[in-house]
Amino acid sequence: MIKNIKLTYLFIFYMGTLLISGCSKKEDPTPEFAASNLAPFSVEFDNIVGERTFSLNNSTSLYTNAAGEKFSISMLQYFISNIKVTTADGKEYAVPQNSSYFLIKGADKATRFAKVKVPEGDYTKLTFTLGVDSLRSTMGIDHRTGILDPASGGDHESGGMYWGWNAGYIFFKFEGNSAVVSDDINGDPTGKKQFKYHIGGFGGYSAPTINNIKVITVDLTTAGVAKVRKDRQSNVHMFVNVMKVFNGTNGFKIAEHPNVMFSDYSVNIAKNLTELFKHDHTEN
Amino acid sequence: MSKNHWTVFFFLLLFVVACKKDSPVVTEIERFLGFEKPVNFPVPVYNFEANPVTKSGFELGRALFYEPRLSRNNTVSCGSCHIQSAAFTQHGHDVSHGIDDRLGTRNSPPIMNLAWNKAFMWGGGVYDLDLQPIVPITTHEEMDENLENVLSKIRLLPKYTRLFKAAFGTEEVSTARFMKALSQFMLMCISSNSKYDKVMRKEANATFTADEQAGYMLFKAKCASCHVEPLFTDGSFRNNGLAKSPINDQGLYTATLKETDRYKFKVPSLRNLQYTAPFMHDGRFLTLAGVLDHYNLEVQQTTNLDLALQAGGKLGIALTETDKTTITAFLATLNDQEFINNKLLSEQ
Ligand code: HEC
Ligand code: HEC
Repeated sequence: MIKNIKLTYLFIFYMGTLLISGCSKKEDPTPEFAASNLAPFSVEFDNIVGERTFSLNNSTSLYTNAAGEKFSISMLQYFISNIKVTTADGKEYAVPQNSSYFLIKGADKATRFAKVKVPEGDYTKLTFTLGVDSLRSTMGIDHRTGILDPASGGDHESGGMYWGWNAGYIFFKFEGNSAVVSDDINGDPTGKKQFKYHIGGFGGYSAPTINNIKVITVDLTTAGVAKVRKDRQSNVHMFVNVMKVFNGTNGFKIAEHPNVMFSDYSVNIAKNLTELFKHDHTEN
Repeated sequence: MSKNHWTVFFFLLLFVVACKKDSPVVTEIERFLGFEKPVNFPVPVYNFEANPVTKSGFELGRALFYEPRLSRNNTVSCGSCHIQSAAFTQHGHDVSHGIDDRLGTRNSPPIMNLAWNKAFMWGGGVYDLDLQPIVPITTHEEMDENLENVLSKIRLLPKYTRLFKAAFGTEEVSTARFMKALSQFMLMCISSNSKYDKVMRKEANATFTADEQAGYMLFKAKCASCHVEPLFTDGSFRNNGLAKSPINDQGLYTATLKETDRYKFKVPSLRNLQYTAPFMHDGRFLTLAGVLDHYNLEVQQTTNLDLALQAGGKLGIALTETDKTTITAFLATLNDQEFINNKLLSEQ
């Protein structure tokens, strides 16, 4: 079956090559950039864990971080927002804010696509925010609908992403279990060996506070320019390597920081979060 | 039997008489005026454009405020901790007493003059009244419920179908509508008819007694830099020198993680102190006398102690016994009977 699909792809690829070489380049010209000439575009957030695929509650086959700590994952959710694309000659298009918020949930594969509309064109750069921008984080209740509705997702155990006491969103929520978590108040006093990373902080309403909003810029030239056209679905396929939470530049041990929420240490982890995203390929 | 009838008749009579007396209130309900700024108050901070107060919105908000279904086991309403007769505080409780008899860590503040509030909670963190109710609803020691469940429970009740439709045009129960209605009710909890207000507005020849006047002068000199008139708070967060609490509550710091915010708490209003004891963020002082003793003798040099409380190298605010008597007399002019008895704001 898989082999067949691969063969089909090869065939299509072959035919495609034939077609392209067969016709003059004018057949697929870069369209004139016009902000109103919108076509479908998506970014796929494909979660992985180091060299392995992502799976929830993997207690029978644990992951191992750089510090040698074995762990399983029980929850992964993060906000992606404010998608922007740029062409090689510097033309930019920012998706209107109201249609540019996505909650990627590890437990629900259907949520892995951020589907938007951008003008037809060839894009060499993709920019997005990991988290919810500070402007939206200070907006009135009318502007907090859908996934930004503080009621959505329920309480924190069931996946809610809103911090009532701090009037902000959790940008990145990552939980799991590891035998290295202690049973005292520094670890998990319930004895369930849980670790919890709830990373948020939009910079404060009136006075500056920690800001863990991360704007991520991806160069698409190496792994595939996004050719957005009306008659197809251009999809930028990203790998999101959650192992980097532990193994990024600010690597740390679960045993030493089993719970990080709204605290100064969260800034270190948030830096690692920028290293999660790698462009694998583009489906045009 | 007939005795009962007579009793009913008697009560009916009383009711008629009472109605007559209350007729200004009745007409006021009929021509609901919405939010009106008291003339001696500054311009409110709340964005009324996004949520104008209407009669039906207010009524929905009031119903929700007194609705125990907002808690996990339908036992606790907002009104359980914010009791009108106690100027919407939980009189007699140092820290809040919530669901399953769980205790919180802070004293329930009054629901009062919130349209002028820039920040909410003793330690800040919430800056928009419309987002405030999420905190008690989802807090383990308060209502321990999640918002999705609350909305589902509300949707099942015909009473709310009707009220939401009246307030917002359709029956839809959304987070935004729910929050806005609660805000409309809370915004109408205005305390502006104390003796002090009447003196300031020169109403009905109201004047301070000699003691009250002397207390007012002292107050202006010693307290008004933080407890600014006419709301009796400047809305800022400050450290007024309380000894650290056993749980080491660090106030604003928890929300901002800034060194300069450690041990700072929101300056509370001083209106209605007669009804709101105990005092301070953790309700540590049972009486006003206790508070005055604190300012006079017990101010501690903790991190970020406000400069006003260490002027000239001396801790606290010196108060003689006469000072205490007159300041107490002045503070009593801030009690507002009309506010705690306003039927519009009671559970219906
Ligand atoms: C269990 C008691 C309890 C219940 C129930 C409760 N509150 Fe409170 N409320 C408190 C306490 C305690 C605080 C102060 C919390 C803090 O500062 O951390 C507070 C603070 C507030 C404030 C901020 C006031 C200010 O001046 O900053 C508002 C507004 C408020 N509550 C509204 C509500 C509403 C609306 C509900 C119902 C949805 C509600 N409360 C339910 C105890 C309660
Ligand atoms: C430096 C600013 C400042 C000054 C000056 C000041 N206060 Fe306060 N006051 C505060 C703060 C802040 C709180 C709340 C502290 C807390 O709960 O942690 C408070 C609390 C109170 C309370 C408790 C109210 C309640 O509802 O719990 C009373 C009463 C009070 N002050 C009276 C006074 C009087 C009377 C004076 C003058 C003698 C005075 N204050 C001077 C800042 C100040």
